[in-house]
Amino acid sequence: MKKIATVIIGAGQAGLAMSKHLADRSVEHVLLERGEVANSWRTERWDSLKLLTPNWQSRLPGYAYEGNNPDGYMDMKQVISFLDKYSERIAAPVECQTNVHSVKQADKGYLVSTNQGEWQCEKLVLANGACNIASVPKFAADLPSDIESITPLQYRNPDQLPDGGVLVVGASATGLQLAMEIQASGRQVTICVGEHVRVPRVYRGRDIKWWMDVAGVLDMDYHEVDDINRARRVPSLQLAGSDNRDDMDLNAVDDIGVRKVGRLAGIRDGKAMFSGSLANVCALADLKMNRLLNTLDEWATENDMDRKVASPHRFESTRIDEKSPLGMDLAAEGIKSVIWATGFRPDYSWLDVPVFDRKGRIRHDGGVAEVPGLYVMGLPFLRRRKSSLIDGVGDDAKILSDHLYSALYSKAA
Amino acid sequence: MTGTNTENTADNGVNVEALIGAREALTEAPEAAQFKWRTSSKWMNGTHSKTTINSFFGLGEEQSRGKEFSVETDHPEVFAAEDNAPTPVEVVLAGLAGCLAAGVAAVAQHRGVQLRSVEATIEGDMDIQGILGIDDEVRNGFGDIRVQFDIDADASEDDIKAIVAQSQKRSAVFDLVTNPTNVFVNVN
Repeated sequence: MKKIATVIIGAGQAGLAMSKHLADRSVEHVLLERGEVANSWRTERWDSLKLLTPNWQSRLPGYAYEGNNPDGYMDMKQVISFLDKYSERIAAPVECQTNVHSVKQADKGYLVSTNQGEWQCEKLVLANGACNIASVPKFAADLPSDIESITPLQYRNPDQLPDGGVLVVGASATGLQLAMEIQASGRQVTICVGEHVRVPRVYRGRDIKWWMDVAGVLDMDYHEVDDINRARRVPSLQLAGSDNRDDMDLNAVDDIGVRKVGRLAGIRDGKAMFSGSLANVCALADLKMNRLLNTLDEWATENDMDRKVASPHRFESTRIDEKSPLGMDLAAEGIKSVIWATGFRPDYSWLDVPVFDRKGRIRHDGGVAEVPGLYVMGLPFLRRRKSSLIDGVGDDAKILSDHLYSALYSKAA
Repeated sequence: MTGTNTENTADNGVNVEALIGAREALTEAPEAAQFKWRTSSKWMNGTHSKTTINSFFGLGEEQSRGKEFSVETDHPEVFAAEDNAPTPVEVVLAGLAGCLAAGVAAVAQHRGVQLRSVEATIEGDMDIQGILGIDDEVRNGFGDIRVQFDIDADASEDDIKAIVAQSQKRSAVFDLVTNPTNVFVNVN
């Protein structure tokens, strides 16, 4: 058994950012990585995916994008190379191909068992990703067995799907992007639309992420939020990283012939049932988008930016087909596959520590878990709205490494 | 964008603090959030029934109101009935109106918006070929339901729309008319 002050589980952007901060404080640590650096980006993403954030926003402690296309969006190869280089540059002590089998509290710290032996540590940082498991509703089990059921973690490209109609469940970034490329492959897509967050890719000539960055929206602290539990559950922004910076919203998929229906409410006798709430979820998203744009316009005026960017404007409301069906006989409509773009959650199945709430989430205060010596990173709105972004893990790692460092050395005094 | 109004002087008659307190308490004790609503009805004659409503279950125990409400339903004369009371489907629309208006009042107060008047008219389409068994492809229930709100309040048009949208998002009756529900009917 090896002993070390701190174990970080996961060598993605969050683990690496923490490693950098711990190294700067000379805290002895190791990163245990089930595969290689940036493993989820390597193995659990579809082929066409690009980052939703522009290149200039890929910023990590002591490191940033250095290419000549700051306004572009990295594809997965580029993300992997970006993180590989960071790992090399900071000489992160990564133990690759190390699968964590279990974590137990032991000897005022943690005992981490892996396929490469055991580690005893005082502090443990969980940086294993927010999207390890596709959240699929229970009624997915009611799908007729001759219809293929696929999660976005399994999906790579449309060629993998059977010919015929496709039901995409969920209309956040993942659902819309997949709906778009599957429809373009010649398969009729029907998309089930529940609550979603609509934003334009470009507003007043600037990337929406630029606006959210400069206006402080992404920096919003979890203490300032009215209801942090709700903020942590907000679906991903409807965005795609494409060269032409097109909007990725319900009108865009409507333009190429994707059919919109309400949230999937259940499947019974081969029939999908859709909620009649489609008009309201679209109205909610349009109103919320306009509130964000109002905030950005106010910021522009207060900060003398009005003359440096294009004029304010508003976007077409989400078009609603009042005849959108409330049910669909899947066989009769030729649906051959269903994609569950219904969100993701982290995998803590190996974490044998009493720190979970009744929904299986880790109880934590801004990343400091409710058991001593345990930290969590990279989750939505962990400390700030940007916490789940590459650009957000640096600030979180700084604060959490401060906490970890003080906890390690204060008791010795 | 978000955040509570620090000088919230709106009074729509909703005890928002109590609702928020209940939310916090029930987050920790989800079993107490399990409610059962009940009605008892008695057929009078023809299409006329009388429903009484009193006890319900919630917060882990039987709740008695100490009083009884009654709702009667019947059908109008064009159905060759006596028209003693509204039709059951009109009572459902009344339930939707009451639920959405309650939500509007609560959301508005939480957001610091003083309401002066809230009026809603609701219209539900129904092709009665369904209930009469003329055409099996026609459903018995409503086709579309349209709700028209007229709201006078200290807020912008978009803020009022957002309050109404949020009310729909949190409405029990909106949910039960827009989504399927299992119904089990037993006979003693």
